[in-house]
Amino acid sequence: MRGARSAKWVTCAIVVALAATACGGDKSDSGGGLTDGKVDPNGTITVQTNEPQNPLQPANAKESQGHRVLNTLFSTLVTYESGTAKIVNVNAESVTSTDAQHWTVKLKPGWKFHNGETVTAQSYVDSWNWSANTKNNQINSNWFSDIEGFDDVHPAEKGAEPKSDTMSGLKVVNDNEFTISLKTKVPYFNYKLGYIVWAPLPKAFFKDPKGFGEKPVGNGPYQFDSWAHNDKIVVKKWDGYTGPNKAKNGGITFKNYTTADAAYNDLRSDNLDWVEQIPDTSLTSYKQDLGDRAATVEYSAIQDVAVAYYSDQWKSIDNKVVQGLSMAVDRETITKNTLHGTRIPANSFVAKGVLGYQANSCGEACTFNPEKAKQLIKEGGGVPGNKIFIQYNADLNHKPWVDAVCNSIRTNTGVDCVGDSKPNFKADLDTREKKQVKSLYRSGWNLDYPVNANFLRDLYGSKADGNQGGYENKEFDELAAKADNVNSLDESVKLYQEAEKALTKKLPVIPLWYYAVNSGQSTKVYDKIKYGQDGEPLFWAIQVKQK
Amino acid sequence: MGRYVARRLLQMIPVFIGTTLLIFLMVHWLPGDPIKALWGDKVPDPAQVEALRHKYGFDLPLWHQYWNYMTDLFQGNFGETFGGRQVSDVMGEAFPVTIRLAVVAFVIEVVLGITLGVFAGLKAGKALDTAVLVFTLLVISVPVFVLGYIFQTVFGVQLGWVTPNVRNSEDITELILPGAVLGSLSLAYVARLTRTTISENLRSDYMRTALAKGLPRRRIVGVHLLRNSLIPVVTFLGTDIGALMGGAIVTEGIFNVQGVGQQLYRAVNQGEGTTTVGIVTVLVLVFLFTSLIVDLLYAVLDPRIRYA
Repeated sequence: MRGARSAKWVTCAIVVALAATACGGDKSDSGGGLTDGKVDPNGTITVQTNEPQNPLQPANAKESQGHRVLNTLFSTLVTYESGTAKIVNVNAESVTSTDAQHWTVKLKPGWKFHNGETVTAQSYVDSWNWSANTKNNQINSNWFSDIEGFDDVHPAEKGAEPKSDTMSGLKVVNDNEFTISLKTKVPYFNYKLGYIVWAPLPKAFFKDPKGFGEKPVGNGPYQFDSWAHNDKIVVKKWDGYTGPNKAKNGGITFKNYTTADAAYNDLRSDNLDWVEQIPDTSLTSYKQDLGDRAATVEYSAIQDVAVAYYSDQWKSIDNKVVQGLSMAVDRETITKNTLHGTRIPANSFVAKGVLGYQANSCGEACTFNPEKAKQLIKEGGGVPGNKIFIQYNADLNHKPWVDAVCNSIRTNTGVDCVGDSKPNFKADLDTREKKQVKSLYRSGWNLDYPVNANFLRDLYGSKADGNQGGYENKEFDELAAKADNVNSLDESVKLYQEAEKALTKKLPVIPLWYYAVNSGQSTKVYDKIKYGQDGEPLFWAIQVKQK
Repeated sequence: MGRYVARRLLQMIPVFIGTTLLIFLMVHWLPGDPIKALWGDKVPDPAQVEALRHKYGFDLPLWHQYWNYMTDLFQGNFGETFGGRQVSDVMGEAFPVTIRLAVVAFVIEVVLGITLGVFAGLKAGKALDTAVLVFTLLVISVPVFVLGYIFQTVFGVQLGWVTPNVRNSEDITELILPGAVLGSLSLAYVARLTRTTISENLRSDYMRTALAKGLPRRRIVGVHLLRNSLIPVVTFLGTDIGALMGGAIVTEGIFNVQGVGQQLYRAVNQGEGTTTVGIVTVLVLVFLFTSLIVDLLYAVLDPRIRYA
């Protein structure tokens, strides 16, 4: 009886399957020591990514997936050391300025693109002019807005055509030197140059930008090999690279995964060498599963709950109330229990590892103290309606912590608090843009460059684009303006530290916690994977064990 | 017959236009601005948003957008994704993957489902029938994603018989596990459906006649019984082809199969109208054609049915 046998077989398989998962998880896969054996300099790795949204053009990646690939293919002028935020020259010999407005860039001579073309000052200037131009539809085009003449290639008026193809602020001196004139002083401009949008482009790019985006030619430690759409992108070590971040492995395959669970299962069976993020379902068990191959690395990003100061409820709120609500949030417990230790309680507006970070700048307002919280809210006249909403997008896993924060506020202050979920990020953003947020909303910031100005000026200046809550603080604005108008980075950082202190007098946000990468590596990787300031691994530095 | 087919084909035109219009409108009504969402947590640059809006034609009135889309479509142009790729290219990569997965699932469900159903039907009321009943109930009641994760963890991670995810979708052996998961629910339905009609038809007059004629049992079951019992099963299987292709989102997600479901999910999430409408349109066509084929198959299975 064929039927009977197959029926039994399938039934048995399911029983086995159910039983095995019920008692599963006891098999710990220990892959030997991290530094056992020798390193194979030509060994290749496979890492998790998603299909980049756009063609691989340096200024056309807003999402980290596109960046991940571009950062291996292109090198910029400078980069910064993880942890210390010190500037390190990559393609630049030097980037200098005496007045913070006129900058001179000298290149290391003899650098080549992967196709043999020499990297010159012109390669940079052409690249920036092209990327800044509205016509070319680069998503990061306004990164060049500090440069003089930017408005000619990127007019702000609706429907206006660019007046020019070049920015007047960029001048080539010779093959290895060019100058940049900015509209105003930007003391930390050289830090911005570490971002991938500032990469140079070879002449071949401008003939067919779209085709180039499918087969990019860069000046970075890896050269492009192939791109099977929605499946994988392969890059291989480029032997002609002379920069400080020369590849220590033979190449990288960026494999597309749609879910974190799928990627994690491949990691555990050694089919994948690095995952972006441990899936939420495994956060409690991954340290046992992976042993010393698990990694928790802090990086410079912060999550907070921002106040919609334009809303009726908050228009004339007393700062004491906001302070009280902030003090009612038990950050320690929530990060430990609800978030399984994947976040670190924040006590400042600037993330750690950023130049000018000062511990505890938020002070008492970010310390859990239920009695004082209640008292402050009472003194400040309470929340109108005694009910607050925290808006978030439900397409990412924000609900657990929003509920936990609300719970904390409700039990500790008696102010009713509920999560206000929007179906997806787009809808969330839409409400924020139209200024329809009821009271508070989830907000977050991942560093663009490791200087405190990035976490302050770009978010809390009353005219800053990142200020979506209608926050206004005159003292902060004045100090920020002063900090932008100095000649040296150190001075600017110091003044911004003062500006940060002014924020406590009127809290723009309730800082919650800093982010950490929760990841893991396969048994094939030699030593622990090192991470950059942005929470991305330094792919070039990954070493592979010899088989 | 010819006239019937022609009429059915003509009926497809309004259905086709209606569905594209509906999907087009629904994508448009999704909350939020897809262009601004491209900037993520960072602040969109108004000038660039404007330029991109113009590029994708979002600055035109809705009827005009739909008109442009349809005129392009009739010239065989499905439009572009936000990333600047041809939607036809994206579908050209995704559909073969999903079709392979659906075929594997379909074969598993037909072979296993009908076999189980026939044996259960012949032995109605006996232990074997009960066993099949329990098995099918179990499969129907366990959600697909639970089954998917269990299979993946047990066979992929713990036992290591297969790779947990599909690494190469052209390798049919890698598709067996996700195919089994995808086809499991329909497998159970097919088995139940076959079992019921078989046990019913066993008692019919023509069966008694065949038996009385002294025909061999193999011929009675294989030709007389099966042919008459398969009509409802074929109907189910026909509509299931479309369901397998469009409904593979969950299974594709679990096993990291980069097929139509994943593309559709991504496109809907990003509010990318061109890809969404394109894929759904093709899926609608698949449904329409399979139901036509099913209707024509009736005539083959039951000569009494005639189409004019």
